[in-house]
Order: sequence, then structure tokens, then C-alpha cells
Amino acid sequence: MRYAYFPGCSAESTARDMHQSTLAVARALGIDLVEPKGWTCCGATAGHQTDHFLAVSLPAANMAKVQDLNLDMVVSCAACFNRMKVANHEIAAHAATRKQVSQALERDYDGSVKVRHFLEVLLDDVGLKVISRAVKHSLNGLKVACYYGCLLVRPPKILKFDDPENPMSLDRLVKAIGGQSLDWPCKVECCGGGLSLSRTDVVVQLTDSILDMAGRAGADCIAVSCPMCQVNLDLRQQDINQQTGKNHRMPIVYITQLVGLCLGLRPDELGFRRLMVPASTVLERVAAN
Amino acid sequence: MITIKKKKTGPGLKDAVEKICGAAVGVCFQCKKCSSGCPVANLAKSRPSEMMRQLHLGAGNELLESDLVWACASCETCSTRCPMGIDVAGVIDALRRLALERGAPKLAGNVPLFNRAFLRTVQMFGRTYEIGMVAAYKLGTGKWMNDTEKFPTMLRKGKISLLPPRGGDRKTVGRIFKQSKQNQGPQA
Repeated sequence: MRYAYFPGCSAESTARDMHQSTLAVARALGIDLVEPKGWTCCGATAGHQTDHFLAVSLPAANMAKVQDLNLDMVVSCAACFNRMKVANHEIAAHAATRKQVSQALERDYDGSVKVRHFLEVLLDDVGLKVISRAVKHSLNGLKVACYYGCLLVRPPKILKFDDPENPMSLDRLVKAIGGQSLDWPCKVECCGGGLSLSRTDVVVQLTDSILDMAGRAGADCIAVSCPMCQVNLDLRQQDINQQTGKNHRMPIVYITQLVGLCLGLRPDELGFRRLMVPASTVLERVAAN
Repeated sequence: MITIKKKKTGPGLKDAVEKICGAAVGVCFQCKKCSSGCPVANLAKSRPSEMMRQLHLGAGNELLESDLVWACASCETCSTRCPMGIDVAGVIDALRRLALERGAPKLAGNVPLFNRAFLRTVQMFGRTYEIGMVAAYKLGTGKWMNDTEKFPTMLRKGKISLLPPRGGDRKTVGRIFKQSKQNQGPQA
């Protein structure tokens, strides 16, 4: 199994843990990830909130590079995944957009590179059977609130990832490695995404209610697959606690970190020390078996 | 109840919005699913369903000052749930673009400033450079102390880098930004 892996900007900063754990899990499962040379930013939320052309061209620049490698593109960041697929859709559906983009790229790109989320590779290409055979440890009944957020599932017509209201991909993985995935109502609620710095007040309110709900559902941790969700839910707990007097101490871990632990990888190979709220309860539970 | 200001500023925005995003605003029948699912509707003065009706009833540039335009988190719950298939989030993106193009007098909050700072580092380095972006953003807001207490920990944990990113294809990204500027015409 060989793919072109697009790390995305956050892999070099706020989501080094996501990047590290993705690479480690891929290695452990024999998935070969090739980084396209010279990859650049997908434009993220700032891109599409500013200019449609930027929002399509910036992802396209990367997909054109991947087309040369003749591989499917695999993305671990939900935001990049979203922008890539939306750009592909726009380019394939509108000849004028394709022409404009091709002018800027100085090459034609037709929107045909297949874009996959790393979760899809784990679930569809590797498969839960193989994963459950490969695990050395179990999550040992760890109660996990699987949080999908927005960018993995919406817009569903273009992303075609999972059920947009009640996705189960993360839940299936958590169950396969011995965890207990919780039925809770905030799976696809928004954390405030890119408003983290510009409207911190909004992010604090939204993440507070998500954390509250996970707590009430009895979660030991929240599993995520998006760097923006991770940062907002993890980093903002300090602010919420200061502002509200609450005592949130909910570990926010990447699904790849959980899978990696069960595959027998060391916490430091999976970026656990980078989490703002320590995931000691998770680590202790896995170590106990 | 929805009131449209009598003192409209300029012609209605409906056609311009529909041209940009391809959504058919007129088919909205006010079921308000967008507003009930909107995570920021309670935090903003206006709601998405209200903006849809305002657009339909001929609202002009005054709509661009609505705080929802920049409080919207682009979560796309509205577009996903709309029974009429209206891309409500696309409508908001179109309003943002018009607000930027027309220099709406009150660009509510700091979101446009943040987006500019973000894209500036992408233009310069080909990839996001968090510290540069945060510095440019804080320079604009004047609020230097927000979140600074987290910086040492984030640096120690490798959640931010001091040095700008390297290795991105800056040439192609440069051409993309140049063409984006040209597309927007002389006023941008």
C-alpha cells in the first residue's frame, strides 16, 4: 500500500502529534507514505472566506504534484482533506474554474486525483480485521467520545466520508482496538474551527459545551481526527476553566495516537507529550493490560 | 419578525450573491433549520435564515455589516441540513467576498484581519508560519497579551516553531496570489 501523503501546515506546528502518530501507525501497518516535494498550504478556512479562486487553486497546486506521482493522495488533517476534495469538485464541475486554475499553475489539472482521509485507508484498505489482529494491547474498555467535527463530514455530497449526522468511522476503529465508543450528541458539532484566535470567545463557548457533554457521557477522553478540533478542545480548556470556574481535564487525543498505542508503539513515538492536557489516564489504561 | 431597513445602501445584493455562489436564495421557505443548527446563531445578532430572507427581500450593502458574516465558523451545518439544498454557507462566503470588495464600513470583529495575516504568511513561505501570522495579527488588533501565556508551553511541546517553514513551492503559490489579486480588479 503506497500513497502520496499530504501533511499540511499544522503537521509542522500545532499538530506535530497528529503527523507523528500518522507516520508511526502507517509504518507499523506497512503503509508506505510518500511526501510530495514542495507541498504548500491548502488555504484552509482563511482561503475560502477570502476568495474562491484562492480556495480552489491552493489545494490544486498540491494535487497536481500528486498527479505526477501517480498515487492516491492521503491526508490526515480533516481541514486539508476538506479543501482538497472541494477544490477537486469545483475544478471537475466547472470548465472555467479549471482553465483559470491551470493558468496560475502553468499546467492543466483536471480535478481527478483521488483524495482519501487516513481514516479511510485504515478502515477500507487495511481493514478492521487486520488492525484487530495487529494490536498488541487493548484500550481495555476505555470510554472514548469520538468527535468528528465539521470538516470531515461536511459538505457530505462532496466529501462522501460517512453519515454526516451520525458518523461511525472513528467509533468502529475504537471498538476494534478494545475501546468503548460512546453514544453522545456532539459528534458533528462545531468547535469554532478557524476562529480560535480571531473570535476566541466563540471557540470558548462552543468547546465548553462539547467538553461538558463528553464529561456527562462519561468519557475518559475525546478522540479527534482534525488538528483544529484538537487545538481548540485541548488548548482552550485552560481558558474555559479560568473563565467559568469549571474543572475540565479531558484528554483530547488523535485517533492515530490511540491506534498506535494499541499497536505497541511508545507514547513518545506518537507525540503524547505534546498534548496540553496530559493523557495519563489513557496511557495507564493501555499499559494495564 | 424580520425588518428590512428603509435606508438601503445601494441595490439589493441577491443577484450578486447568487452569481458568486450559484445558490438560489429565493427557494428558502424559512423552515429555520439553518438557524437552529447554527453554532454561532445565539452569539450573533442575526441568524442565517433571517439573512436569507433579507437577501430575498432586497437587502443591500447594510447586510455586509451583519456580525454573522464574520462570526460564521464555516461549519456548513446549514448547507448540509437545508431541505431546499441551498448552500447557505456558500452564501455567507459570497457576502464575505462582497464585504471585502466593497470595503464594508464595519468588518465586524477581527476575522478579516486574521485571514489576511494567515494568507500573508502562506504567500511569503508557501506554508503557514504561525509565529509570523500571530505577530501580524496582534499588531493589527493591538491585543498583545492574549494567549501569550501559552507560548512557552507550546514552544516546549513543539506545537509552534520559531523558524518559518521551508520546502514549499513558493513560485506556484506566488503566481496563485498574483492571479487572485488580478481577478479582484483594481479596488482590491
